[in-house]
Amino acid sequence: MSPLTLTLLIPLITAGMIALLSGEDRRAPYRIALAGAALLFLSCFSIAFHFASAESVEGFRFLQESPWIPRLGLSYLVGVDGISLFLLLLTGIVTLAAVGVSSGVEDRPREFFIHLMLISAGAVGAFISLDLFFLYVFHELALIPTFLLIGRWGNHANRERVATKLTVYLSLGSLILLAGLLMFYFLSPVTAEGTHTFNLITLRSLLLTPQYIPGSIQPLIYGFVLVGSGILISLWPFHSWAPQGYAGAPAAASMLHAGVLKKFGLYLLIRFAEPLLPQGAQSWVTILSVLLLMNILYVGYVAMSEKNLRLMLGYSSVSHMGYVFLGIVAANSLGLTGALVYMFAHGLTAALGFALAGHIARQTGTVDTGELGGLARKMPFAAVVFTMTAMASAGMPGFANFAGELMIFFGAWYTEPALPFHGAVVVLALFGVVVSSVYMLRAVRNVFLGELPEKFSGVRDIEGLQERLPYLLLLAGLMITGFVPGLLTSPITSSLHGWMNLLGK
Amino acid sequence: MNCPSCYLEMLSGPAQTLWRFPEWFLLLLPLASVAIIAFFTRRCHQLSSFVSTGSAALCGVLAVLIFTGLPPFAPPQGEETRKTAPPLTWLKVGPAEGSVKPVTKDGTPRMHDGTLSVTIGMTLDKLSKAMLLVVTLIGFLIHVYSIAYMKGDEGKGRYFACLSLFMFSMTGIVVADNFVMMFVFWELVGLSSYLLIGHWFFKASAADAAKKAFLMNKIGDFGFMLGIIMLWGAYGMVAFSDFTFTSKFPEANLILLLLFCGTIGKSAMIPLHTWLPDAMEGPTPVSALIHAATMVAAGVYMLCRLFLSLDFALAPNAALTIAWVGGVTCLFAALIATQQNDIKRILAYSTLSQLGYMVMAVGLSAPEDSMFHLTTHACFKALLFLGAGSVIVAMHHEQNIWKMGGLSGKMPLTFLTFAIGSLALMGCPFLSGFFSKDEILLTAFEHSKPLWIIGTVAAFLTAFYMTRLVVVVFLNRPAKDHEEAVGHAHESPWLMVGPLLLLAIPSVILGYPQLGVLDYFDHFYFPDAHAAAAHPNIVPVMALLAFVSGVALAFAFYKNKTSDPIQIPLFSNKFYIDEIYGFLISRIQQPFACILGFVDKYIIDGLLVSGLGYTTHFAGRTLTWLQTGNVQTYTIGLALGLILLLALFLR
Repeated sequence: MSPLTLTLLIPLITAGMIALLSGEDRRAPYRIALAGAALLFLSCFSIAFHFASAESVEGFRFLQESPWIPRLGLSYLVGVDGISLFLLLLTGIVTLAAVGVSSGVEDRPREFFIHLMLISAGAVGAFISLDLFFLYVFHELALIPTFLLIGRWGNHANRERVATKLTVYLSLGSLILLAGLLMFYFLSPVTAEGTHTFNLITLRSLLLTPQYIPGSIQPLIYGFVLVGSGILISLWPFHSWAPQGYAGAPAAASMLHAGVLKKFGLYLLIRFAEPLLPQGAQSWVTILSVLLLMNILYVGYVAMSEKNLRLMLGYSSVSHMGYVFLGIVAANSLGLTGALVYMFAHGLTAALGFALAGHIARQTGTVDTGELGGLARKMPFAAVVFTMTAMASAGMPGFANFAGELMIFFGAWYTEPALPFHGAVVVLALFGVVVSSVYMLRAVRNVFLGELPEKFSGVRDIEGLQERLPYLLLLAGLMITGFVPGLLTSPITSSLHGWMNLLGK
Repeated sequence: MNCPSCYLEMLSGPAQTLWRFPEWFLLLLPLASVAIIAFFTRRCHQLSSFVSTGSAALCGVLAVLIFTGLPPFAPPQGEETRKTAPPLTWLKVGPAEGSVKPVTKDGTPRMHDGTLSVTIGMTLDKLSKAMLLVVTLIGFLIHVYSIAYMKGDEGKGRYFACLSLFMFSMTGIVVADNFVMMFVFWELVGLSSYLLIGHWFFKASAADAAKKAFLMNKIGDFGFMLGIIMLWGAYGMVAFSDFTFTSKFPEANLILLLLFCGTIGKSAMIPLHTWLPDAMEGPTPVSALIHAATMVAAGVYMLCRLFLSLDFALAPNAALTIAWVGGVTCLFAALIATQQNDIKRILAYSTLSQLGYMVMAVGLSAPEDSMFHLTTHACFKALLFLGAGSVIVAMHHEQNIWKMGGLSGKMPLTFLTFAIGSLALMGCPFLSGFFSKDEILLTAFEHSKPLWIIGTVAAFLTAFYMTRLVVVVFLNRPAKDHEEAVGHAHESPWLMVGPLLLLAIPSVILGYPQLGVLDYFDHFYFPDAHAAAAHPNIVPVMALLAFVSGVALAFAFYKNKTSDPIQIPLFSNKFYIDEIYGFLISRIQQPFACILGFVDKYIIDGLLVSGLGYTTHFAGRTLTWLQTGNVQTYTIGLALGLILLLALFLR
């Protein structure tokens, strides 16, 4: 059995064990979930560590295949390459951190942690699957517990409405995506076995056959995939669910969704749509350039106007998706590598932001930046971590975000002829960094600096190693890869070169 | 790079080279100091200050060794120069082998294949060696001074960690061997500046000033980054040594201007100058180190470094713009300085004005003059700020000059050194500032008469406002209300006075031609010794006249005054620039953001998304009326439908 399958089983088994607990001990679910998450993290880490020395089949490592429905060409096929490796690692890190900050959950802890573990299992499954069917299904598996978490453990006054809206909206996105995938399935040529296939490795070999999906249909399929995953990624104008959803969700759910699950749509674009629908991708470049600028600038300005810290972080997270799209639009090694590095960095940054917002909300009872202030006095640790998070979001060197942005901007500048007016797009997108700095530093200023209002004199910092570890873990991930981005870029780039050579790019 | 052991190798590579190339310690020592303080000693203030000061001292020693070429930096036997450390790869991403077509779609050849390669390297040429010396030695003195100045501050550990972070990033700028790395450290000095200005974060004014400084720098860096990207787009490289501009390159003007944006932000040129005076909210040693002597000079240093790769003559319009921005800033800041009442703000505007001289000189293709002035200015301006800090401590953190007076008797050493610094700044003959400013004025006279006039007028204003400062603070008798506070003032401890005395020495002597500072830079930039330009006598004569008249006028106006006899609201309100920016932010940008916020909440989300949701919802509701569960109703419906279909088809 591939270590990937084992990794997938860890959160599933953990969820099962929590389900078997009796309801007596209220701390037990947390402890088991923490142990499971730690194991998952170690497992992901060791896969990353042994990645380079593992046997490689067409660029993929730790492959395992067992046929499932041969008649339809579906099989359980898992494996990782440089593109998915760090998303898997990201899942491991964020899951551990999300469980770590949830020690205080009092309300039905058993169900809460089962949901968390299922989200994590779904994310792991999606990132290791190389069969599009499983890729899709695992993501759906992760979405359902997210809805439940927001609906039942959310902190929003009308959390049911928020959850309903999120559910309907994201399900719509998934459906559109599914339509695109099915179109792709039926239009792609049949394999030697006489069936259509969702197997990404086989599909890659079919790419250069004359029977492959003609360039005239690709734009339509790509359109479906783009809109469907665009909704999931919160591409403008399909973004409005995200800030509200994140603001309403419990911290752990926001961390896992904004940090990990939202990367699924992007991953699908890079893994599937870019290499397998090259002409389709080409035809959407202009529209996508405009939309991504809206993400970066329009949503950035909305974030600037937002006084609610959670909503602000939500908008910021949406806004930063624009950079990843810019890397995808650039479609060269530099841009795509940057996009993947930025996805990793963004996942950690978003998780940090929501975890801190959760702590602040618990301690002060508010997330209104107008009301808060001066908390650095009482919460030095939280202040330092928040400042670092803000700096990372604002593209400060030393954090992986900077390395990602750097590659994205350079890659987008080099692009031709894919990107029309690429000069203007890069200039405007680069200005987004200034916008990010404005709202992030404002948040630091309004929440942590200045005078401490009397009513907050009793607040508590994040104290003790156990409480601090989740934050330190996330920060370490950001800074290690920020100082030595080569750790990320070399596996990513070599995997990208694999299919780029195929396409003659 | 495909096995775990290679990862380890990547990390241990620097460790192996450390012994052969100890210059890496210039970066590692301050970084280690940050880590040690952050993780271990931050609660123990004394220990933290020693760790930080110790690392600064060692860096100073290294810088001296490197400058003088003593072992371990001596050239190997039989060779003339020593090889510096080979650069380490930080990031290298490019297309797959041979996959990029050499021409674009429209047939024009591509300059490069789109590989971005960024290294961490060590540039140790004459320029960086001299700058290193300035940065580390002044930095060390300010560390020492800070031990006394920050005594009893609850955040002393944090303060010293930030100082070390600053030393790390500033050294990084100086030794960077490519634009991207310079940008990296450029941002990091911005960060340390942010942290240090906001050291007293519980003061709203300090927190706001820190934010303002960071954001204004960020705007400048936006242009800087764009310039780097364009440069790379044209050449495919970012390392300083890799390219020289050729005359065939049409975008040279634009690129140079964009790169200059970085200087505008970091060196606080017009129009991004307003953060520097506000930055005086930080502790005074920080103002001395970062916002006077070193960091703000980084912008000038960057231009001087750029000068090596780019012949400014190929981008004449950009160079002229740079010179004018410098000149205008120089005059403008001097005008404002004449009407300020806060001792540190006066010095801050004077810094702006002096930076203007330096930028002007680079713009006029005289980087050697610029570096000369940078060096002397770093010494006397650090001296002035530290002197001001000594006064401020003695006055129990009073900074308004009109609440001081007669301190010359109370604090003789501070007075003496402050006077030396002031005279050097004013360009008093036989002190360092006289020589370096004179060089710049000579260059300006040679290239552009209007800029020379601006420079000379600014020199007059400098003499005027500095004399005003010295007269009011040290010589005048204090106003009646403030006599008591002044009465309690006394000389500062030796840890503070010592650095003052040490800085006074170079402030006096550094300018003398016998010391060869100017020649040093001159030989570096123009190795084939060009004939010394004729020295028109009018330039030093006018400069001297400006100095004498400025001093005399200030004495005439301010001797024995307890309040300012001159009131020029335009100057005292800093030309209302802050108000204009405030208006733009609060009346244009913020409403714009709020409108977008409204659009997002009520139009995109409210009308479109929820509207669609509600439409579906009500459609569903409407349809439920049909679903009654009553078989008869369904049968009737079925029958009606059947009839309808029959009618349609059998028509």
